[in-house]
Amino acid sequence: MKMNTIAAIATAMSSSGIGIVRISGEESFQIIDRIFKGKGKRVKRLSDEKSHTIHYGFIYDGEELIDEVLVLLMRGPGSYTGEDTVEIDCHGGVLVTKKILETVLKYGARPAEPGEFTKRAFLSGRIDLTQAEAVIDVINAKNQYALKSSVSQLDGAVSKRVRALRETIIYHIAFIESALDDPEHISLDGYQETLLQGIMPIKEELKRLIRSSENGRVLSEGIETVIMGKPNAGKSSLLNVLVGEDRAIVTDIAGTTRDTLKEQIILEDLSLNMIDTAGIRDTEDVVEKIGVEKARQAAEGADLIIYVVDGSCPLDENDEDILSFIEGRKAVTVLNKSDLSMVVTPDLLNKRTSHKVITISARNRSGIEDLEHEIKTMFYEGEIDFNDQVYITNVRQKNALEEAYKSLSMVEQSIHDGMAEDFYSIDLMDAYEQLGIILGESIEDDLVNEIFSKFCMGK
Amino acid sequence: MQYLEESYDVVVVGAGHAGCEAALACARLGLETIMFTVSVDSIALMPCNPNIGGSSKGHLVRELDALGGEMGKNIDKTFIQSKMLNQSKGPAVHSLRAQADKQDYSRSMRRILENTDHLTIRQAEVSEIITENGILTGVKTFSGAVYHCKAAVLATGTYLRARCIYGDVSNYTGPNGLQAANHLTDSLKANGIEMRRFKTGTPARVDKRSIDFSKMEEQLGDDRVVPFSFSTDPESIQKEQISCWLTYTNSSTHEIIRNNLDRSPLYSGAIEGTGPRYCPSIEDKVVKFPDKDRHQVFVEPEGLYTNEMYLGGMSSSLPEDVQYAMYRTVPGLENVKIVRNAYAIEYDCINSRQLYATLEFKAVSGLFSGGQFNGSSGYEEAAVQGFMAGVNAAMKILKREPVILDRSQAYIGVLIDDLVTKENLEPYRMMTSRAEYRLLLRQDNADLRLMGIGHQIGLISDERYKELLKKEEAIELEIKRLESTNMGASSKVQEFLEKHGSTPLKTGTTLAELVRRPELDYVMLTDIDTNRLPLPNDVMEQVDINIKYEGYIRRQKQQVSQYKKLENRKLQAEFDYAEVKGLRREAIQKLNLYKPLSIGQASRISGVSPADISVLLVYLEQMKFHKNTDQKE
Repeated sequence: MKMNTIAAIATAMSSSGIGIVRISGEESFQIIDRIFKGKGKRVKRLSDEKSHTIHYGFIYDGEELIDEVLVLLMRGPGSYTGEDTVEIDCHGGVLVTKKILETVLKYGARPAEPGEFTKRAFLSGRIDLTQAEAVIDVINAKNQYALKSSVSQLDGAVSKRVRALRETIIYHIAFIESALDDPEHISLDGYQETLLQGIMPIKEELKRLIRSSENGRVLSEGIETVIMGKPNAGKSSLLNVLVGEDRAIVTDIAGTTRDTLKEQIILEDLSLNMIDTAGIRDTEDVVEKIGVEKARQAAEGADLIIYVVDGSCPLDENDEDILSFIEGRKAVTVLNKSDLSMVVTPDLLNKRTSHKVITISARNRSGIEDLEHEIKTMFYEGEIDFNDQVYITNVRQKNALEEAYKSLSMVEQSIHDGMAEDFYSIDLMDAYEQLGIILGESIEDDLVNEIFSKFCMGK
Repeated sequence: MQYLEESYDVVVVGAGHAGCEAALACARLGLETIMFTVSVDSIALMPCNPNIGGSSKGHLVRELDALGGEMGKNIDKTFIQSKMLNQSKGPAVHSLRAQADKQDYSRSMRRILENTDHLTIRQAEVSEIITENGILTGVKTFSGAVYHCKAAVLATGTYLRARCIYGDVSNYTGPNGLQAANHLTDSLKANGIEMRRFKTGTPARVDKRSIDFSKMEEQLGDDRVVPFSFSTDPESIQKEQISCWLTYTNSSTHEIIRNNLDRSPLYSGAIEGTGPRYCPSIEDKVVKFPDKDRHQVFVEPEGLYTNEMYLGGMSSSLPEDVQYAMYRTVPGLENVKIVRNAYAIEYDCINSRQLYATLEFKAVSGLFSGGQFNGSSGYEEAAVQGFMAGVNAAMKILKREPVILDRSQAYIGVLIDDLVTKENLEPYRMMTSRAEYRLLLRQDNADLRLMGIGHQIGLISDERYKELLKKEEAIELEIKRLESTNMGASSKVQEFLEKHGSTPLKTGTTLAELVRRPELDYVMLTDIDTNRLPLPNDVMEQVDINIKYEGYIRRQKQQVSQYKKLENRKLQAEFDYAEVKGLRREAIQKLNLYKPLSIGQASRISGVSPADISVLLVYLEQMKFHKNTDQKE
């Protein structure tokens, strides 16, 4: 049971120089022992080492080398959380850091809840009590975000599949349980075979889901990007160019509002989630205001704003609005329509905004590389990063899929070992709970309701 | 008019399974106790099924016995058939069920009550509770007599404003035509207690002479009877048993029911109470499970000295003539004569979230309640609540710590926690699936889990407790011995393994490892375990289970230790959650309503999120800090 040892990426999820994965809890040292190999032939067990020491070595997932790392050991209570804590400093880069976290989770930790490190630190007296309210705010804020992202990031089709799997699982549990509660009415004779048959497709489906989550298809991780600009400035053309034939549209995710569409663009190892309000496209020649307002709503929570200026006509009231909106936000200004005769010059724009100005022609596809370069630079220099909560949600979801898979394998094992039926439902229930995490659903009285609605009990 | 005044420590209202246990617990703890019933002849009445125990209910009875309750001993004295259910399943779901001689059960319990010191039995209807500033000071009977008391336990079962219904006939009586208690509800409401209405039902009782048993399957008891009570000598209860019989409904039964649904008060709306889904009437089963072409009917004797038989599985509130018609379609019942017809019963009860986990009312200090009045169903569920309510009333009077069992200690803990923490929309029945730590909460180890607590309460004798400690030690020693005894791959061992279809040894192993093999068990190993000393059966059973399921048990123990962390963070009952900054409004509302006694309990209230719990934890730390600094100043 992995309950009490938590792990998370402690650095922002950007391509910064270093990535830190932090583990805290009773099992931290056992976990690092399982995945760390020192340099040279001598086996080095970090759990034997002194507190507050740094060790050079490698992280392995079984035989597979993940990265060269420095590991910092801190025994409780002399750590931030007051618990045994291990920090793994790796080479940075989103992929490697992510992979290390996944390895840590695989070997016994569970993903930290939003704000959990802070909470633990507080509860162990490591944070000053005057900060209690701040801690509460962190917990609440992170939770709200996680909640929002776990729901909105989940593709409708995926959640439908997970829900269907859950329904099958709880049906089996309910059947077993009603037979246990009412053995004279419901018999379990020969049920092992039925259950084995039932589990197989679920496991296969879980495997597919795990694979697709690795491909980033389940959830969209990336820089939430919004294109703003007055009607006819060329927002849609820019988007089309950015996602053009030579680039992969990884997925279309129907967002929470029906008229929002997200498209994912990969720029080398960066991914942009382009949030396009369909309304902008549709209402270009209708009421001008609507498009701007819609984009603004989406832009409120975005990691990056691309502001498109129509260079062929003078700045108007809409532009003024946007200019003041993007001030103080992370944005890049794009001066479009360099193919036409320009009334707005880069110099003029530079005077009006502190953001970088890139001149392009969406129609001729000129200047696009400059724009991409600029976005990459902003990211690598740490000016923008994508919200790690989205990523953490993803890790948690993938972890849940894997746990559910493991639990179902244990059911199979129990069946092969000739264990009694009541043991199956323990692991089935674990699988059910894990899948519930993905959907953000708890168990409450699901089982009892399922028993009563599907099976006729009664004396 | 008031014309009589007496004083007692405890008043118990009701003499059903809850009332009996409450009264016995209090009186045995030396408190002057008076138990009221509308009919002394109906003490410990079993107005529905003629059995005690069954899946998970059997666990409750054994737990109650380990704590010092009476139900287990009483059924051991009065059973006429006994069966351990689920024997082919894992040990956690083995469950004992015994058919009772109903009259004998009732008479035997009455004898115990009548001969218990400090216990007075009084036939009267309690019509009012008397309170001062939210504190209970006494009760008043319908005739005007006032009984002062320090605490009271309400165990009114299905009697409050009871109404029995079948077809368009409706009688304002309790079960079996007994007098209903029509006045207490108003007094409770006047004291701020919210009442609700639940419904349940019972099948017909029929004349044994009118049944053709040759068309039914005989259901025998177990060859070897296991007692409910840990203090009953198993040898003393091996006796001849009476059979039950199994038959089935069929398509003509269902057709009659479907054709007469319009005459059922359930479907015409004449019944307003909420009924239990797990104990549906036959008309409910037919409507809700139209694909099932037959339903089981268990024909069970009501006792040794009566011809009445209970038709388990066919409770109904259809009119009398339809009952006759449908029963007579069942094989073996073609000429059946009904002695008492089936009926539904509606009654007043409470929403149990108004209680603390001690079963004391939040609104009225000193007022406790248990049983069907709390919105549960079943004799066993009632008995354990009555017992816990009685014990906690006694603890309060004796100024001792309350006794609260948690979900990791007992099914009783699960039951009460569910009642006071969850929103229950129907009569609550115990089920093994409700117990998340059921591998630990087995019926076979109820004594090991709870007898220490029973001893602490004062209802388990020193002598009995010493025996338990001895048992514990014997189990521990034997497990250690098996874990440390190595077996070589001798020809004797290999032969033994081969004989039992078990893989031969390649290298040596321990006896414990052999016990863990699915095809072997502790008793079988006697052949090769030459140093084994003779041990009592119950010790051998524990050794076997603990070794065999060690992996699962360890896993659950780890879960329990996590659970305990939150459970041990106590909350004050009287506290305004609106003071906690950062809690969501829904959480504040729910927490103020439920007044949980621990963080663990708070986390189970629906509408309280994990983030709310984090916020609460942080707040508690803050308070602790302030308290410490206050004390220093």
